[in-house]
Amino acid sequence: MAKKEMTVSEALREALREEMARDNSVFVIGEDVKINVWAVTRDLHKEFPERIINAPLSESGFSGVGVGAALTGMRPVVEIMFNDFLLYAADSIWNQAAKYRYMCGGGNFKVPAVFRIAGGGSTGGNGCHHGQSLEAPAIHFPGLKVVFPGTPYDAKGLLKTSIREDNPIVFFEHKLLYGVKGEVPDDDYTIPLGKADIKREGKDVTIVSYGYTLQKVLKAAEDLAKDGIQAEVVDLRTLRPMDTETILKSVQKTSKLVTAEEGTKIGGVGAEIAAMVAEEGLQYLDAPVKRVAAAEWIICSSAYGDQMGIPQVADVVQTVKSMF
Amino acid sequence: MAKIDKETLLKIYRNMVRLRFLDDKINEMLEKGMRIVQHSTRGQEATQIAVPTAMEPGDYVMPYHRGWGWAIGKGMDPKILLSELIGKKTGCCKGKGGVHIADWNLRIMGRPGVQAAHVPIGVGVALSIKLRKAKDAVVAFFGDGASNEGNIHEAMNMAGAWKLPIVFVNENNQYALFTPNIETTSVRDLSDRAQGYGMPGITIDGNDAIAGYETAREALQRARSGQGPTFIEAKTYRIHGHTGFDQFHLGVYRSKEEVEEWKKKDPILRLRARLIEMKTATAAQLDDIDKKAKEELEGAEKFAMDSPYPTREEIFSDVYAE
Repeated sequence: MAKKEMTVSEALREALREEMARDNSVFVIGEDVKINVWAVTRDLHKEFPERIINAPLSESGFSGVGVGAALTGMRPVVEIMFNDFLLYAADSIWNQAAKYRYMCGGGNFKVPAVFRIAGGGSTGGNGCHHGQSLEAPAIHFPGLKVVFPGTPYDAKGLLKTSIREDNPIVFFEHKLLYGVKGEVPDDDYTIPLGKADIKREGKDVTIVSYGYTLQKVLKAAEDLAKDGIQAEVVDLRTLRPMDTETILKSVQKTSKLVTAEEGTKIGGVGAEIAAMVAEEGLQYLDAPVKRVAAAEWIICSSAYGDQMGIPQVADVVQTVKSMF
Repeated sequence: MAKIDKETLLKIYRNMVRLRFLDDKINEMLEKGMRIVQHSTRGQEATQIAVPTAMEPGDYVMPYHRGWGWAIGKGMDPKILLSELIGKKTGCCKGKGGVHIADWNLRIMGRPGVQAAHVPIGVGVALSIKLRKAKDAVVAFFGDGASNEGNIHEAMNMAGAWKLPIVFVNENNQYALFTPNIETTSVRDLSDRAQGYGMPGITIDGNDAIAGYETAREALQRARSGQGPTFIEAKTYRIHGHTGFDQFHLGVYRSKEEVEEWKKKDPILRLRARLIEMKTATAAQLDDIDKKAKEELEGAEKFAMDSPYPTREEIFSDVYAE
């Protein structure tokens, strides 16, 4: 199978281009999607002039537009430029998109919409209105599926699957991940939602992560290997529904669980994983679960300060070592 | 002005009366102690029935909390609506939507519980129509209270900017819950806001069904022919309180005299007088319509009461599409 090396940003663009070419009902709406600060949708309007729509600065409004278009035969991909602006769009996504099918018509309506959202910190100086991680609150809403890829291969395959899904998807992307390179096959492939992927096999400790933090965890696993600790790295890829089976199987093998995420710890994704393992796999554990997460702080808005509270490779290494 | 034929006039009258009896029936069931969410339509039947009557079957309606004229006007059977309100399986949302009335086949797109949330969604439906090069149009209803939500302004801006096939119908009944809109709203005529969003704004007498029909017909024609959205403000008044449990509406936030004044402008009595005057129908013929509507609602109640609840399994289904 032929492969190409590309960035996450390029992989996402490929996914959009292929799906828009395959299906006329797919369209993109968001702020500045023609030039696009993240370059993900850049220049697609030259190929699809009617289906790349620059929206006004109205996150709640154009997310609602996505819901309405999805209800009536279209497959919108709505781009919300920064995670933090998601809170303006929260009603359209969490109250409307998530609930439509159940609440209205008893299953006669569907909302095949994807809400792509760039999140995460450490781009330097943007702080808490441009750098939060909001995937933890997003997984709290039945009716939504929540996806967060951590590699170019997964980014492309998961976005293609998400566009073809008949349910509303919150599709998180990480700003620092856009430039990360990896191999992506040329052929048309999709990745099922709700399936985690073991990115590195190991026998001593399970580290569950996703998104950009996955890249840090993979580096940490290399460092740990030098000290004789073989970490198994589970990449969630989809946060809701969560692949509990893969997590439990890995914990059964390693007897130790660490979660790693960029959001804050209280009510975080790691809290959900830890609670699930406590309920269904406590007997496998020979040590308390450890959660690597952001400090309980407001992301510092200076390039100097922001990295201090966001988990780094060394935090993962140190946490794992403390368990041995 | 669009011409309105006899058959259409009688259809409007019949549905207004059916709506009135439905409203009365719900109030009666509430008095019996049943738990139903009711935002009475009494006094507002004209616009809520006339506008959907002006729509084509393929047109989409975005309903709002004060109902149920948009449902009856769009063709919903009162017995299906009543069944839904009391959580029965025979309801239009299989007993799981309750007050959030929706029907895909009738293009009733779901009554939201969050004020104004549905209006951008309606703009999305209009965008979808445009992208699919279809000829349908959308009507989005909302009240004067919701007209101050940011969503309405975002939605109207997009509809105006993209010349989408949508008609915004604002029923201005002058009170948002217990607050008169004079306390909270920057303009007296909400239609003044339309020009800020690049569309015509028209204020009509919301208790005049014929005006409602003709104005909506014209706005829908405009929408369908690619000329973009229209904002219609229908000035009206709710005779009952905000909900069936509003104990404050007589003498607390509005005077009894004010309510009595508006009762004299009853849209059904007004249309009735007009139909007799125009010789569209005789009083006896209209009495017959009234009688049949009352009987229908008695049957609807029985149907709803006799219908089964959904099973436990059904209650937990439809969270996701397979």
